[in-house]
Amino acid sequence: MVELTLPKNSKVGTGKTHPKPDGATNTKAFNVYRWSPDDNQNPAIDKYYVDLDTCGPMILDGLIKIKNEIDPTLTFRRSCREGICGSCAMNINGTNTLACTTGMDEVEGDINIYPLPHQPVVKDLVPDLTNFYAQYASIKPWLQAETPSPSKERLQSKEDREKLDGLYECILCACCSTSCPSYWWNSDRFLGPAILLQAYRWIIDSRDEHTGERLDNLEDPFRLYRCHTIMNCANTCPKGLNPAKAIAEIKKMMVERR
Amino acid sequence: MGMRAPLKSVRGLGSAKEGTTHWWYQKVTAIALIPLFLIALGFFVSLVGAEYTHVRYVLGQPFISLVMLLLIGAMFYHLKLGLQVVIEDYIHTESTKVFLLLLNSFLCAVVGLASALAILKLALGG
Repeated sequence: MVELTLPKNSKVGTGKTHPKPDGATNTKAFNVYRWSPDDNQNPAIDKYYVDLDTCGPMILDGLIKIKNEIDPTLTFRRSCREGICGSCAMNINGTNTLACTTGMDEVEGDINIYPLPHQPVVKDLVPDLTNFYAQYASIKPWLQAETPSPSKERLQSKEDREKLDGLYECILCACCSTSCPSYWWNSDRFLGPAILLQAYRWIIDSRDEHTGERLDNLEDPFRLYRCHTIMNCANTCPKGLNPAKAIAEIKKMMVERR
Repeated sequence: MGMRAPLKSVRGLGSAKEGTTHWWYQKVTAIALIPLFLIALGFFVSLVGAEYTHVRYVLGQPFISLVMLLLIGAMFYHLKLGLQVVIEDYIHTESTKVFLLLLNSFLCAVVGLASALAILKLALGG
């Protein structure tokens, strides 16, 4: 649903400013979105100062340092700290990206951190991605074939394997989908760029034999055709992938099979 | 609602198995509109300040009236398809949405046909 202003209970206020760490001379300010379901308060922006001389270079390093040394209540997801798990996807200075692969030096001035846009917030920087994961499950992201399993692996030519490049790298961090206005307004029915890229990954897999059923499942004014090539997905993808191109390929196949 | 599995609402009523025709016609009419619009523009520019009888005479030329009719057809069909998407994108109150979708279809049909009639009347009318 289109919402041009935040609902009353979501309006973001000014929060606490935590003092600079003692003796720190080289600091970076973090303005972080805070909200807790427990205290019946509106969200607020807390300000923290991170001592750069005793901190790793990435924004995730800064967040972990804040949690360890300044404010243990700060809540965010993180795991691999090397851009492969997708847990620490968040909105950093207006762009959805991974905190672990974005350097603090890439941001001029204060670092403003919000959760991924237009998703329900569980707490602080943790969005509720239940709908996103259910949409992923709905495209059946596994190999489906009628041909009985051979005694060894299902073979694939080098050329066919290359078709998966630019798709298999997707880590489902949801940066793209939550940057897409079409997904903001219609995420109840539009599958969004990440899920459509994943769907295409199985559609063009030479070993998958359910191509037609997969296209059938996507052929819908909302599931697929809410994509209006806005291209935010390709702009924001922290892995440098192009979901919009995958969606365009699906649309081409839809015309091809008419 | 809270007791349903999320997959239930995502699968919903299933895929509509349509949308491709809509998307394809939107592209086709967009491409058609480029030459049609350019020709019509040239035609309008050449007629600036012309006499009414001369305009009728030029519109009576089969090529010109054909271009004008095709332009009107492509333009209003394209407009209908495009506005439909905008309404579906932004309007989520079911009653308002249905009302606006109907209004869109009717208005595009009425204004389009009225424009075509005007051209035909000028081109053919005595």
